[in-house]
Amino acid sequence: MANNMLRSGMTAPTGYAPHGLATNQSLAAGEEPLLRIRSVVKTFAGVTAVDGVSLDIRAGEFFALLGPSGCGKTTLLRMLAGFEVPDQGQILLNGKDIAQMLPHQRPVNMMFQSYALFPHLTVAKNVAFGLNRMGLPKSEVDGRVAEMLALVQLKGFENRRPDQLSGGQRQRVAMARALARRPKVLLLDEPMAALDKKLREGTQRQLQELQRSLGMTFIMVTHDQEEAMTVADRIGVMASGQLQQVAPPRELYEAPASRWVAEFVGDINVIEADASTREGGHLSLWSREAGSIVAAAPSHDLAQSNICVAIRPEKVRLFRSASAAGGEGTPNLLPGEIIGHSYLGDMSLYQVRLVTGMVIRVSVTNAIRRETGGFEPGERVVVSFDPEDCVILER
Amino acid sequence: MSSRRIFTRPARIAAIAPYLWLGLFFLVPFGFVLKISLSQTAVAQPPYLPVFDFAAGWETVKDSLAELSLDNFRLLFTDNIYVLSYLRSIKVAAISTATLLLIGYPIAYAMSRLPKKWQGIAMMLVIIPFWTSFLIRVYAWINILQQDGLLNSVLMKLGIISSPVVWLASDTAMYIGLVYSYLPFMILPLFATLSKMDGALLEAAADLGCSPVKAFWLITLPISVPGIAAGVLLCFIPIIGEFVVPDLLAGSDATMIGQTIWMEFFTNRDWPVASATAVVLLVILILPLLAYERVQTRQIEGKR
Repeated sequence: MANNMLRSGMTAPTGYAPHGLATNQSLAAGEEPLLRIRSVVKTFAGVTAVDGVSLDIRAGEFFALLGPSGCGKTTLLRMLAGFEVPDQGQILLNGKDIAQMLPHQRPVNMMFQSYALFPHLTVAKNVAFGLNRMGLPKSEVDGRVAEMLALVQLKGFENRRPDQLSGGQRQRVAMARALARRPKVLLLDEPMAALDKKLREGTQRQLQELQRSLGMTFIMVTHDQEEAMTVADRIGVMASGQLQQVAPPRELYEAPASRWVAEFVGDINVIEADASTREGGHLSLWSREAGSIVAAAPSHDLAQSNICVAIRPEKVRLFRSASAAGGEGTPNLLPGEIIGHSYLGDMSLYQVRLVTGMVIRVSVTNAIRRETGGFEPGERVVVSFDPEDCVILER
Repeated sequence: MSSRRIFTRPARIAAIAPYLWLGLFFLVPFGFVLKISLSQTAVAQPPYLPVFDFAAGWETVKDSLAELSLDNFRLLFTDNIYVLSYLRSIKVAAISTATLLLIGYPIAYAMSRLPKKWQGIAMMLVIIPFWTSFLIRVYAWINILQQDGLLNSVLMKLGIISSPVVWLASDTAMYIGLVYSYLPFMILPLFATLSKMDGALLEAAADLGCSPVKAFWLITLPISVPGIAAGVLLCFIPIIGEFVVPDLLAGSDATMIGQTIWMEFFTNRDWPVASATAVVLLVILILPLLAYERVQTRQIEGKR
């Protein structure tokens, strides 16, 4: 124990400054992260899969790596597991660099996208596999297997083989097997990609409960932003090998750091401003395609050009006339015409072409729609949104 | 009921076809062999008695049936030339198959680890020798193994031996010939199993604390058992009845059962004893087949 602390004290450099701005801002000052990924680079045959990623993950956190396919999130996860070795950079677990360590020597475990259950072994033997490698006595192995199977609600399935199980059951065996060794970090590679939508929702909740009750550190890779938002404490959005933003789900959605993140996470209308002036707490913008817009100004300084205003479809409201929307003096009243409508059950999605030419997407929950009545294609409407709901982004 | 119509007429014919084939080309000829094995040798055409004469009426056939006996089978177990042949066949097949497995497994494993585009080429290299007649390839080995053949000249050039070694007409030559001839039958089923294996399984094993060697013993080997079983059977069964390779490459002091059957038929013209030998061989071969069946059923049941 003392030895461990000494070693971690020696490897952690004094006065370590966080790399990226977004990367470490969510960690409380002075908090020692469990896992530190520092300037990690990985190249495959000339293609850079992971391009200088730095990231701190604290103990007990549920962290999601989110990004489109090919963004490098899986490569990053595989470097944490030891299946790939970084070309550059460090991976510090409790202050000790594990980047060069072989997979079977690392105190982390992974749950595979394909589950990778051993087809020739029973459920119990699959779960016991990692425990047996630790050289635990049989009684303890049996005890932990029973404990794990109870945890994932698979009691009574001990003697089944993987191909005698349903997809959801297989997923839970994979979970039990990965958790059995009580890893310092559990890595999950698209853990729900193979499940159907209904099953996925229930499983997301169970996964979150499991992580909370075990207090274990989970790092999950997913391309499904809804899934990431549902389960994770913090999300790291990746694109072309780099972290674009690291933030809790709410912050990621409400205050995206870039236009790319704004458009990747959820649906958003992006209006490109051609001119802007700052007036106290507000920003007056003019756009050729949308007219004049007033938005809440961000606290930091902005470049005069290359500014976008982003507004989520659910923050935009529809009115039949300007007077219904609040009349003269209300900011952001943009007249237009409904050109498309899709009914999605819980809500309706409208497309409105503004008189200035731009198409704005508006979503209305159908509970509200019942009160105001629906809109039909061809109908003339006024689109309105609050300056406070606008997000100012630099292109 | 509509459920009956699941099997349409063409489907039914397709389902019957293999049974028809087996019946016509296996069961019926086997009936002939079985009948001859119960007959007595005779200087006649055909060279055995009785011959069923269905045209002469039911009574004559019944008389002929009474003449059938198990004498030939009794002979097989009293004259130890037959027992020794059977035992030698089993021994040769066992040693060859074990050698084939030891050589074939690493080859199949290496092939399955190749990049996909190279796998096809490797497979071709394994199959290409089939394009040449089996007999010609065994004759080629006579050329390689003879006194002034390729093997001796290479070994002497390398200074490993100083005078030519006699390879031909020995068990060594026979084993070389057998292993060479049957290697593709071992490699192909092993390759089929190993190349289907999900690479993530080995990563999972490593993740759960297995060194690569341990992962091979605990994961790869058990998963390739069906391939091993198929390869072993595909080699073991035909080698037991092998005639060409031992006849051309082995010495004449001991014979395998295939050679014994050939001798009984063509040298001794004793069709009944030859047939009885063949029937017993079939029974011996059914045992490993039944064992394989059990392995397969276990797997299919496991899938349910």
